[in-house]
Amino acid sequence: MGDRAAVPGSSTTGAGPARANLRVSVWRGGAAGDYQSFEVPRQPSQTVLDVVTYIQRELDPTLAYRFACRVGMCGSCAMTVNGKARWTCRTHVDKVAADGALELRPLANLPVVRDLVSDMREFFDKWARARGQFAPKTTREQPFARIDPRSRQRREADAAIECIGCGVCYASCDVVTWNRDYLGPAALNRAWTLVNDPRDGAQRQRLEAVATDAGCHACHTMMTCTELCPKNLSPTRSIAGLKRASLRLLLGGGGE
Amino acid sequence: MIARRETLLWAVQRATAVVLAFCVLVHLATIIYAVRTGLSASAILGRTQGSFAWGAFYGVFVIAVAVHAALGMRVIAAEWLRMKGPVAEIFAAGFAVLLAAMGLRAVMAVVAA
Repeated sequence: MGDRAAVPGSSTTGAGPARANLRVSVWRGGAAGDYQSFEVPRQPSQTVLDVVTYIQRELDPTLAYRFACRVGMCGSCAMTVNGKARWTCRTHVDKVAADGALELRPLANLPVVRDLVSDMREFFDKWARARGQFAPKTTREQPFARIDPRSRQRREADAAIECIGCGVCYASCDVVTWNRDYLGPAALNRAWTLVNDPRDGAQRQRLEAVATDAGCHACHTMMTCTELCPKNLSPTRSIAGLKRASLRLLLGGGGE
Repeated sequence: MIARRETLLWAVQRATAVVLAFCVLVHLATIIYAVRTGLSASAILGRTQGSFAWGAFYGVFVIAVAVHAALGMRVIAAEWLRMKGPVAEIFAAGFAVLLAAMGLRAVMAVVAA
């Protein structure tokens, strides 16, 4: 039993029993390309981002990948890890590479720039198309709006506001795969936070922008976005809110 | 306005789902009752023929099915069969007409006196 005692995920410090190297397949190239294999030494508490960084610094400096904060704040290091979109900085190797193998690709549903870098332009362009910009009703000369933190709208916005735009939901959404015009979970989630912002003056325009067959009504409520969101948000819930709000607008209830 | 139209279609699909949930329960209960009490085909026809209530119930059921399923097929046609906008709409409308025609024909067959 002694040599089986190394429990995956336990952060035993110091030199434990030497572990076999990780076998890492990394996507190389653009839309056309192939996997390249690397052997990376395993470390305690090693993250997938550590693995990618090791490859670039020690094995192949031409590898392209994207990261900034390393601690789950910036949302730039998301990739497809063993088939699922994840933040690589907050994904421990022990958690996802049970058999000692990792397969890394850029995020799906987006064009590939090179290697592990996907082109996020259409993802963010869709935030703009979903009217994700705040449209103030008042100017800075007027007094502050008073928003009751316990109000229903404030609580709805709070539940959705923490999105950092990593693109994990967008890359995981089957509707995006099937309908390239679909605005996607993140953009619609953003729109929902603004629908619940009483200071915003573009409610009707926003609902008209999102209540289309490429917007909230395209969502099939499969909840992959909600399952995989690293911030534990529920874009599905936000999209359901947009559906109800669009119905209220249709029935003459106005855009609140 | 595309938003109004899509929202309306979504609402119609939701509303027909509610109708279907009710109709399916009644339909299942009817089947179970007919089977367990051993009603013969002629006994069943004796109750349905000339019955406005059964005709209305199954007429509503069929229309709800035709509308609900066609709205679903419209999306499947666009997303999986890769039909472009108007083609998917025509395909879905044709599917609705087909379902409604077949269903109403069956209703007529058991209700017509």
